[in-house]
Amino acid sequence: MLLRHTTAKEIDRKALTINPAKTCQPVGAMYAALGLHGCLPHSHGSQGCCSYHRSALTRHFKEPVMASTSSFSEGSSVFGGSANLVSAIETIFSVYDPEVIAVHTTCLSETIGDDLTQIVSKANEDGKVPAGKKVIFCNTPSYVGTHVTGYANQVSSFVKFFSTATPKKRNVVNLVAGWMEPSDMREIKRIAKEMEARTIMFPDMSDVLDTPLTGHYDMYPKGGTTQADMIATGDSKFTIGIGPYTTEDACIKLENKCKVKFETIEIPIGLKATDKFIMSLSRHANVPVPDSLTAERGRLVDMIADNNKNFYDKRVALFGDPDTLIPLVEFLLTLDMKPVYIVTGTPGKHFDEAMTELLKEKVPEAKFKSGERADMFQMHQWIKQEGVDMLIGNSYGKYIARDENIPFVRLGFPVTDRPGNNFFPYVGYTGATNLLIKIMDAFLEHKDRTCPEEKVELVM
Amino acid sequence: DDLKKFKDEVLHKYPKKVAKKRDKAILLNDPETPPQIQANVRTIPGIITQRGCTYAGCKGVVLGPTRDIINITHGPIGCGFYSWLTRRNQTKPETETDENFMMYCFSTDMQDSNIVFGGEEKLKQAIREAYELFHPKAIAIFSTCPVGLIGDDVHRVARHMKEEIGGDINIFGFSCEGYRGVSQSAGHHIANNGLFKNLIGRDDEKRGDLKYRVNLLGEYNIGGDAFELERVFEKCGINLIATFSGNSTIQKFENAHTADLNMVMCHRSINYVAEMMETAFGIPWIKVQPIGADSTAKMLRKIGQYFGDQELIDKIEEVIADEMVAVTAAREKALKKTNGKTAMLFVGGSRAHHYQNLFEELGMSTLSAGYEFGHRDDYEGRVVIPTIQIDADSRNIEEITVTKDEARYNPRKTEEELKALEADGMEFNGYEGLMPQMAKGSLVIDDLSHYEMEKLIELYKPDVFCAGIKEKFCVQKMGVPLKQLHSYDYGGPYAGFKGAINFYEDIEMIACSTIWKEMKAPWESETYV
Repeated sequence: MLLRHTTAKEIDRKALTINPAKTCQPVGAMYAALGLHGCLPHSHGSQGCCSYHRSALTRHFKEPVMASTSSFSEGSSVFGGSANLVSAIETIFSVYDPEVIAVHTTCLSETIGDDLTQIVSKANEDGKVPAGKKVIFCNTPSYVGTHVTGYANQVSSFVKFFSTATPKKRNVVNLVAGWMEPSDMREIKRIAKEMEARTIMFPDMSDVLDTPLTGHYDMYPKGGTTQADMIATGDSKFTIGIGPYTTEDACIKLENKCKVKFETIEIPIGLKATDKFIMSLSRHANVPVPDSLTAERGRLVDMIADNNKNFYDKRVALFGDPDTLIPLVEFLLTLDMKPVYIVTGTPGKHFDEAMTELLKEKVPEAKFKSGERADMFQMHQWIKQEGVDMLIGNSYGKYIARDENIPFVRLGFPVTDRPGNNFFPYVGYTGATNLLIKIMDAFLEHKDRTCPEEKVELVM
Repeated sequence: DDLKKFKDEVLHKYPKKVAKKRDKAILLNDPETPPQIQANVRTIPGIITQRGCTYAGCKGVVLGPTRDIINITHGPIGCGFYSWLTRRNQTKPETETDENFMMYCFSTDMQDSNIVFGGEEKLKQAIREAYELFHPKAIAIFSTCPVGLIGDDVHRVARHMKEEIGGDINIFGFSCEGYRGVSQSAGHHIANNGLFKNLIGRDDEKRGDLKYRVNLLGEYNIGGDAFELERVFEKCGINLIATFSGNSTIQKFENAHTADLNMVMCHRSINYVAEMMETAFGIPWIKVQPIGADSTAKMLRKIGQYFGDQELIDKIEEVIADEMVAVTAAREKALKKTNGKTAMLFVGGSRAHHYQNLFEELGMSTLSAGYEFGHRDDYEGRVVIPTIQIDADSRNIEEITVTKDEARYNPRKTEEELKALEADGMEFNGYEGLMPQMAKGSLVIDDLSHYEMEKLIELYKPDVFCAGIKEKFCVQKMGVPLKQLHSYDYGGPYAGFKGAINFYEDIEMIACSTIWKEMKAPWESETYV
């Protein structure tokens, strides 16, 4: 047994987190910063964080992930990291020439209280920021929230530093992309294009974390929301925040700053969340839903109906981020599956409320938990108490899946042990189909390998 | 000349102050009289370094591989999360029920209130809960950046909890905050001190065969390297007491002082323990590098020579001859594809040197190499140690004073015996470093930056570039295969005889991979109309 010390018996833990279903803020900020064109993320802290975050993202995407760091020493930790950041800015622009440096912080610079506003204005005054270049920043203390919070803070900073309202409103809808795969962002843009809606998406990691291999390395790939588009978000007529945990702050900031009204919806994972996204976009961009999308929807419904016996009443345990889990649970319920255990390390009321609402009728026995110590150890203990038919989550789930012999679907961040995260979308009707195929493959592979020989079927 | 051109071109791009510093870290090698390199100094902010931090060096590297210690990260969740199963330290408990906490990540998950009011009480409670759930023999606490700043004293908490829980439990802390020192290296030193103070020498029982007792220091069982070396030692009848710290247990550390020879594999991370064990217990140490079949054979012969027992020497020769049959066949097969090719290696603090042996065995030359966090002795050899100045950034790393352990000190060889062995070509307490092995005019670069890496590849197009996960996909986008020498790209082992065979196969595969010829679409060529 890989997790041989995990037993069904729970104790009331108050301090110890074991096998977290979350990580810390800056990695989210780094990921989001890559969705701005020509941007180099910068980690203002000691260099270990930056290395860890780059490695984590690289292991997931199998793509280069660039970021610089202030490389704090003990001296700067005591006397402040201002000199480190100012000299970093000079070196970065001389050597790496980004259009924007997006600074985020770590628990180190937050604990010592470095004032980024002041440091960055000093860098500007000292002429360390070349003409036409920009340094933006956000605070991402690792001891508050999770990687999801860091993502939200970075996206919010894009609004703070770029979005500008001019007297001329444009018939454009902003799509604030929550934490999704680049393939998901590509799919959302495809749907918007299919609907002939005029949109600006930010951040946008497609064509950044899924670049072709050509023999030439480009530190700033062609993708990413451009500054011009980012500035123009202030003139859009509406904003849709896709994933409340990751985008609501940015939406509120944009409304306050540029008077752009907004709504937040769940990430369009599954049938109903996609329906809601398409209706929201149709309404706010004032475009009809084309028949092509209605047909895509119909094909998904067809597939679910054809395969219902593979889903019905199957007990599922899930862990991950709230913006992914909420629509996913809703989708599983559409499939008549039973999401019985759900944990997210990210704190927040919205998750608890959404779960209560979604599960109360169909799966009243479900256990869910968010925030501190809502970890994979807890979820595993629940599984030990009463088993499940499927586990869905990031690669760390494989240890539980193997020990308990549970079919396992990899979804979320990070997925480090399989390629393809940045190829197949999970959002939209097409993405839902991809997800269904993964779920069925996991069940049917498991059955083919474990059922008695006389039960092996050619046709399923 | 080419290489000089590289240096000029690179330095030209940097701001003046940066260029001045980098100038001292980029050298044209001369193996006869290695030039002095600048190493183990602070990283230049913003330069895009490969380096990590002290916590990574302490928890991630040295203590991480020991399966029966509960390692609690005291800090916000990130540090524990990122060091959770990301280094491939394999471990194999003897039975199904033996303790193995390697797949777990334990953290105090500090919140803002813990930063404001201090985290000691939460840490204590976390230790209580870890004990109640798992009843481990030992709990280690690792400090992260904010811990030192807010003044949490992990050592005091460790003492307190040891008393509170009572019994035999061993609880100890490490002040390995990420900002200490300038790299992972400080973390190694802090970990070494902790191993020595809290574990080594606590169990005097001599187990197993009393002959040919050795420790392997600085081998972390990445991809099963230590398993392969365990196999080779066993086949030779050499009694491996402890490995620091691949596939290790607390008991093996506690018992390590009963060995008669220490062999240092990764000099950078563990030379401190080797030195301390010699001072305290009288165990001599030698540098070994069992990466590459010839080097593995060389290590075994050194062991034979040290113990001076003909039976062992004969056995070792028999094992080498036996193992080399398969090795030679594999090497000949790979050589057809690899001979004459070029490599560059920029890895941690040890492998950038060791793996040159394997490339030599494949007929490949190393154009350039360097460490992330090696010190001058790793480049120029231990002879330069007396001339190394410890600068302000590393001055606060704890140095512990070790004295003879009166009860256990026992010189394994007399002065005369050591002298005789030295006269016979054995070197004790010595390591000649990376530079003497590298060709004249090759480039040695410390703390390589991303920019320098891009330039190296652009100018020299090596056939294989060796580095880590952060570099891998950039280099490959440039059309050059990258072999990860931290994670081995999830393959291995690469140590020992079987490891050499694996490496030959993997490098041959890289050298032959068809896909690198397909980077351009056919319609992108000029002849396509």
